Amino acid sequence: MGFVQIIFWLLAVGTIVTSALVVLPPGGRNPLYGALLLIVSFFFISGLYVLLFAHTMAILQILVYAGAIMVLFTFVIMLLNLSKKELGDETKTLAKGLGIVAVVAIGTKLIVMLQGQTLNLTAKPIPEGFGGVDAIADLLFHNYLVPFELTGLLLLVAVIGSVVLAKRTL
Amino acid sequence: MLPMLAEAAAAAPVVHAIPLQWFLIVSVTLFAVGSAGVLARRNALTVLMSVEIMLNAVNLAFLAFAREWGNMHGHVVTFFVIAVAAAEAAIGLALILGIFRHKKSVNLDEMNALKN
Repeated sequence: MGFVQIIFWLLAVGTIVTSALVVLPPGGRNPLYGALLLIVSFFFISGLYVLLFAHTMAILQILVYAGAIMVLFTFVIMLLNLSKKELGDETKTLAKGLGIVAVVAIGTKLIVMLQGQTLNLTAKPIPEGFGGVDAIADLLFHNYLVPFELTGLLLLVAVIGSVVLAKRTL
Repeated sequence: MLPMLAEAAAAAPVVHAIPLQWFLIVSVTLFAVGSAGVLARRNALTVLMSVEIMLNAVNLAFLAFAREWGNMHGHVVTFFVIAVAAAEAAIGLALILGIFRHKKSVNLDEMNALKN
């Protein structure tokens, strides 16, 4: 196994373990631990993006996800400062158990399918400048100009909506 | 499409050090972890974080296919997904704050005002 493969598996195992701990007891019991573990998981995922030659997206992942979204999460979690009672008890219903069994079954089945076949894809070579800011900007401002502007509108709506929802009196 | 990208599409296929399948396996596992979290946890904050895990799994799959085809459109989709995730987190957390102020709880089982 080469150096790149070893790096890949370290990043992959790190991503999956930290994400699982967000859902399983340490994070699942206390949302603050979950948020901190999720930040670590985002750093691992940005490492995977670098292995995919998506350098700009790796930086955006850290800037926007770990830097902005997760700071908002930890801020709200600390602001609420939830007690055990306010967090509520985890109920164990039959539907919930069936749902988890179904998710595990579908996930295992997909992984077995992916390992079993070669997907019949022929990989194309990586062009010059792939994953750089230039190429992304070129696509964003030519092919995807209208969706890009609509994203700005969406963020404006989100800002106004969160102010309306979270403010006691307008 | 950039001229250099179009040129690459016509060139011969290559073999990457890390196959596409490996990334897809990680992506599927992350998505399963996230959806299990959404189904199993009743704490609204953990559920929102599980949704973020699922969005990341999808981003990883998009970028893996983008590399496979030497085509940058997957990166643009990932960019939009990150923007939507930011909007979703802001709205979701504002909703949780509003509900907590009203009910003094963030347990999703108790949010049943519209039931029946």
